[in-house]
Amino acid sequence: MKLTLKIWRQKDASSKGKMVDYSINGIEGDMSFLEMLDVLNEELINKGEEPVEFDHDCREGICGTCSLQINGEPHGPDRLVTTCQLHMRKFNDGDTIVIEPFRATAFPVIKDLVVDRSAFDRIQQAGGFISVNTSGNTVDANAIPIEKHAADEAMDAATCIGCGACVAACKNASAMLFTSAKVSQFALLPQGRVEATERVQNMVRQMDLEGFGNCTNTGACEVECPKGISLENIARMNREYLSATVEG
Amino acid sequence: MSGLIKSSIARKVVMALSGLFLVLFLAQHFTINVTSVIAPETFNEWSHFMGYNILVQYILQPVLIAGIIVHFVMGIVLELQNSKARSIKYKKYSGSANASWMSRNMIVTGLVVLAFIGLHMYDFWVHEMAYKYIEANPEDPTRYYEETVIKFEPFWRTIIYIIAFVLLALHLWHGFASSFQSMGVNNKYTPAIKTFTKIFSIVIPAGFIFIALYHHFNPITH
Repeated sequence: MKLTLKIWRQKDASSKGKMVDYSINGIEGDMSFLEMLDVLNEELINKGEEPVEFDHDCREGICGTCSLQINGEPHGPDRLVTTCQLHMRKFNDGDTIVIEPFRATAFPVIKDLVVDRSAFDRIQQAGGFISVNTSGNTVDANAIPIEKHAADEAMDAATCIGCGACVAACKNASAMLFTSAKVSQFALLPQGRVEATERVQNMVRQMDLEGFGNCTNTGACEVECPKGISLENIARMNREYLSATVEG
Repeated sequence: MSGLIKSSIARKVVMALSGLFLVLFLAQHFTINVTSVIAPETFNEWSHFMGYNILVQYILQPVLIAGIIVHFVMGIVLELQNSKARSIKYKKYSGSANASWMSRNMIVTGLVVLAFIGLHMYDFWVHEMAYKYIEANPEDPTRYYEETVIKFEPFWRTIIYIIAFVLLALHLWHGFASSFQSMGVNNKYTPAIKTFTKIFSIVIPAGFIFIALYHHFNPITH
């Protein structure tokens, strides 16, 4: 497979970036998208050029490290997969592929295709936890019976890997799907209810402080989420936030 | 409380509530307008009530104007914030791959509808204020039907009204159901809300278009 790649190159956070064209040959359909970039980088290194920087870690769709806006969509054209799970068979010989970093003011570019997603960490730190005694008197989590559907919904919310595709896909660069998944995974469980009021207020406040946009319910985040996180989580967070505000 | 006003979720709720209020107004406006086609005398009677009832004039009318202003101002504030949230735009952005045109262009359809409200206020409200308070004409409960039909005589005005109603349909198509999601309603009733949204956003604007065309093609001949 022969491809033309248009890739965003940016030396560092303070430099001005630009799109650079690359031609690449010998790409197999069974390769993952990141393996295709590995091939490109080997060629660049052999030519003495700077390789393209991109985030990756587990390469099996569970860590949330890989990103990339591929032909205008986060994680590319396939659904429910991360970039590392995207196969080159989704593309055709002779295709031009546009590869950009996830764009959001709250996700500044560090280099090339690598963005700083620590805004998500700060949202999580603002309330995405439960306070549990771990000094030796830890209560067994299974001591509290939980309804099956609540456990399932909490688990579904907890599958969010925090990759940032929701922000990248949203026309407003809103982080509502991520934040709502992290609020929901606790809000649905009795262990999480104890700090539910402060949690939602603190996490939403941090989300706003980071400079993410406002949700306009386009649903793009849900479509592009590699883990299929549902918009129901956003509605749940809205409810949680409103009732927390009323409770004061 | 200041935290609530600054919060993105609270702003969305304000947007949703003001939007739903305007939807209710739209349904009421449509109900009265339908009578201009099927029962002109009833249209005159109801219009006169709306024009001279103290409760409508001094409470409902200011609330309606406030509702429009809040919805518009909040829409602009949210749009500016959203634009700032992605300061460097994508070279290639496939918006249509994951979201409807209607949901991505609420600001466009909203501004067109707002411009239309300006024309509509000029056509009817300004005229009404001049009639009542500047010219200080006496009450005439029979004038409304004729005044309305005359407005639709010029082809250009009828066309502008039709275009605005099409844009209003597109705005409602996303906005109505979306307002429930903003208020935290996403449950077993959501499919029904979405279906009702589709019916409402087609039937009401199509009805307004029919009324405009009906009066354009059935002018009053003396």
